[in-house]
Amino acid sequence: MVKIAEEWLNSCAGCEIAILNIGDVLVDLLPSLEFVHIPVLIDHKYYGQVGERKNLDIPEAVVGIVSGGVRNSEHLEVLEKMRERCQILIALGTCATNGGIPALGNMDTLEDIQEFLFRGSPSTEPGPNPDHENYHVPKCFDRVSALDEHVKVDISLPGCPPHPDWITAAVLALLDGKTDIKLPERSVCDTCPTIRERKKGLGDLKRVLTTPEFDYSKPVNEMRCLLEQGFMCLGPVTRAGCSGMTGAAPRCIATRMPCRGCYGPISKDSLPIMDYIGALASVGYDTTRMPDRRGYLSRFNGAHGVLKKLG
Amino acid sequence: MVQPNVAKTIHVAPVSRIEGHAGFEIYLDDNGNVTDARLMILALRGFEKFVVGRPVEEVPRIVNRICGICPWHHHLAANKAVDGCLGVTVPPTGKKLREFCQMLAFIPDKILHFYFLAAPDFVLGPDADYAVRNVVGVVGAAPELAKQVVHMRYKTQMALEKFAGKVIHPIAAVTGGFSHPMSEDDRKELMAVIQEAKEFALFTIKFAKENVFPKYLDAVKTVGVFPSGYLGTVRPDDGALELYDGELRMMDMDGKYEQFKADQYMDYIAEHVEPWSYCKFPYMKKAGKLSLDETNPVGVYRVNCLARINVCDKMATPLAQQELEEFRSMFGRPAHLTLLYHWARLIELVQCCERAEELLNDPEILGPEFRAKGIEPRAGEGVGCVEAPRGTLTHHYKTDDNGMVTMANLIVATGHNNAGMNLAVKQAAKALIKDGKYDQGILNTVEMTIRAYDP
Repeated sequence: MVKIAEEWLNSCAGCEIAILNIGDVLVDLLPSLEFVHIPVLIDHKYYGQVGERKNLDIPEAVVGIVSGGVRNSEHLEVLEKMRERCQILIALGTCATNGGIPALGNMDTLEDIQEFLFRGSPSTEPGPNPDHENYHVPKCFDRVSALDEHVKVDISLPGCPPHPDWITAAVLALLDGKTDIKLPERSVCDTCPTIRERKKGLGDLKRVLTTPEFDYSKPVNEMRCLLEQGFMCLGPVTRAGCSGMTGAAPRCIATRMPCRGCYGPISKDSLPIMDYIGALASVGYDTTRMPDRRGYLSRFNGAHGVLKKLG
Repeated sequence: MVQPNVAKTIHVAPVSRIEGHAGFEIYLDDNGNVTDARLMILALRGFEKFVVGRPVEEVPRIVNRICGICPWHHHLAANKAVDGCLGVTVPPTGKKLREFCQMLAFIPDKILHFYFLAAPDFVLGPDADYAVRNVVGVVGAAPELAKQVVHMRYKTQMALEKFAGKVIHPIAAVTGGFSHPMSEDDRKELMAVIQEAKEFALFTIKFAKENVFPKYLDAVKTVGVFPSGYLGTVRPDDGALELYDGELRMMDMDGKYEQFKADQYMDYIAEHVEPWSYCKFPYMKKAGKLSLDETNPVGVYRVNCLARINVCDKMATPLAQQELEEFRSMFGRPAHLTLLYHWARLIELVQCCERAEELLNDPEILGPEFRAKGIEPRAGEGVGCVEAPRGTLTHHYKTDDNGMVTMANLIVATGHNNAGMNLAVKQAAKALIKDGKYDQGILNTVEMTIRAYDP
């Protein structure tokens, strides 16, 4: 029996659904796992079952899984407690590893966000910001951060959400005593079966307001590369893995849609916004005319100081 | 804590077996009786702000991250709003592909909620030890059924994943329709899954009516009971319960209602702000104010399945209609009992399966016109509304000449139910906690009133 604790911070529950999407295998795994804390499934309470304690606590576990980034004081407190209580800490999902979609909020200040939400929205009667000094609500931080900006992370499983195969593989490896679990450092393009002709001089990038050319009666490996068809596709700068271990085409591409980078950068030190310019220039696109460059190229990795308010 | 006459505060967090981040507090006076209670929603992410400046057609791939449980519903509401901004009419095939995906997305969600999140309270009892009062405990108590549940949920999730690429955080709906057509092979495979799901849905509601609901009818009638208004979507021509595209119906607590189109939402709904929650409190604008006094609530309405069951004149499919008739003969219309959300959820599960089957039987779903052509960026405004598992979603965007977002306003299901959940917690706490006596079973029973909404 391996004790597991799971927590979600600034997250959407998609990673937890990905855990459930392990499916039938999960039922077979359950006898080997003991979930001591997982709010989505189990009623363990931070402050005791009848709220009798002043301080937040989480039971000890061998493996701690945390999804979501850090946006407020409660997220940080829970994360630090998870680190203290768990021998091995897994950052699950791109919010935990790189900030994810919520880190797009790092392009605005907290005050800008609250000003719109609580006073600017057309259906809202203006009111005060949430008051953490006088009520039991967390203090919201000015930016979204990834877990490794605060604590040591042992295993990173990015993805929005991570493919269930990676979660299963990590759990099985841990049950086997292994902890060096890592997704391959390859790009989505490295695993994409579409046809590349490598022709130069393709002009402007298109927005996804038109449908790419493909024949739906034929498999995706008979479709021409979406980037070569002129659609901004983040495949060249995004970590592979969205199809898990199935060997299938990257999932967005299989749906005849371009990649948006949800597995984050290919390696810890790569920066998509720089690498992409090079990738585009090599196939002859004019990158200076790209709209909303930051919103595309840093869509999932706005933590670690990558996205900031400009000006 | 800014609370008068509070001798003791019971602070419970996290609210568990829900799909979100919340805590609640119950305030006791010197005699140990409840003076007030609050549910606090703790997360702020700011989607409304950070979609501004993005190309509008990208927004449905961003806002699906509002919720990993109902990403399809946000994805679709957003796409409808984008269609509005860019002045696009979706061809019938595109519309049906979208609606089919929504129906298929509902099925595993309802299975998840009933069996994984809610059932532990009913199967193992609200006061069972927390270490067993969970899905693992349910697996232990009913291993064969549990296996079937896990399998059915998985199968429906994977069917959607296979057809639409990503089941969590979908990408397949696009401005003007869908990213690809449906082939006859797709249709056949999906039909087999839907038919199995329909059988399972009918089994589930029968099982629940025989084995689960009767045992807890007393709790159903006493915990989380208060009258309120309701909001849901209906088919404009016959008032049938609608989930993808219809008109909104706002019903007051006596059953009188007004019907309106999605883009009129601001005439009927206003949002109130409280300093003790990150979630705003939408209320019925025509009531003039919001009062969370559980003995005389003002402006409070609820959404989600019970609300939809209350506002509709009938179900849109025959087997679901039979279930509604039985439900109404027992509980009337509107039914105000919070724990009836579970029953209403299963009636909707039947409709989702039947409707998915209808859509697959419609030859138009295989049509070649899966997406509108000639879509160009432009300045515009659009409001997109769909029903999510937890209730009505309203996405409202404006764009500039380049089709970039200049304003986004979102009212999501948890918001609509915020006032209702607060009242339910307060009512349950006052009914169950007397003279300072409470235990984990009582606090969990209070929590069940939150769980019913699946917030």
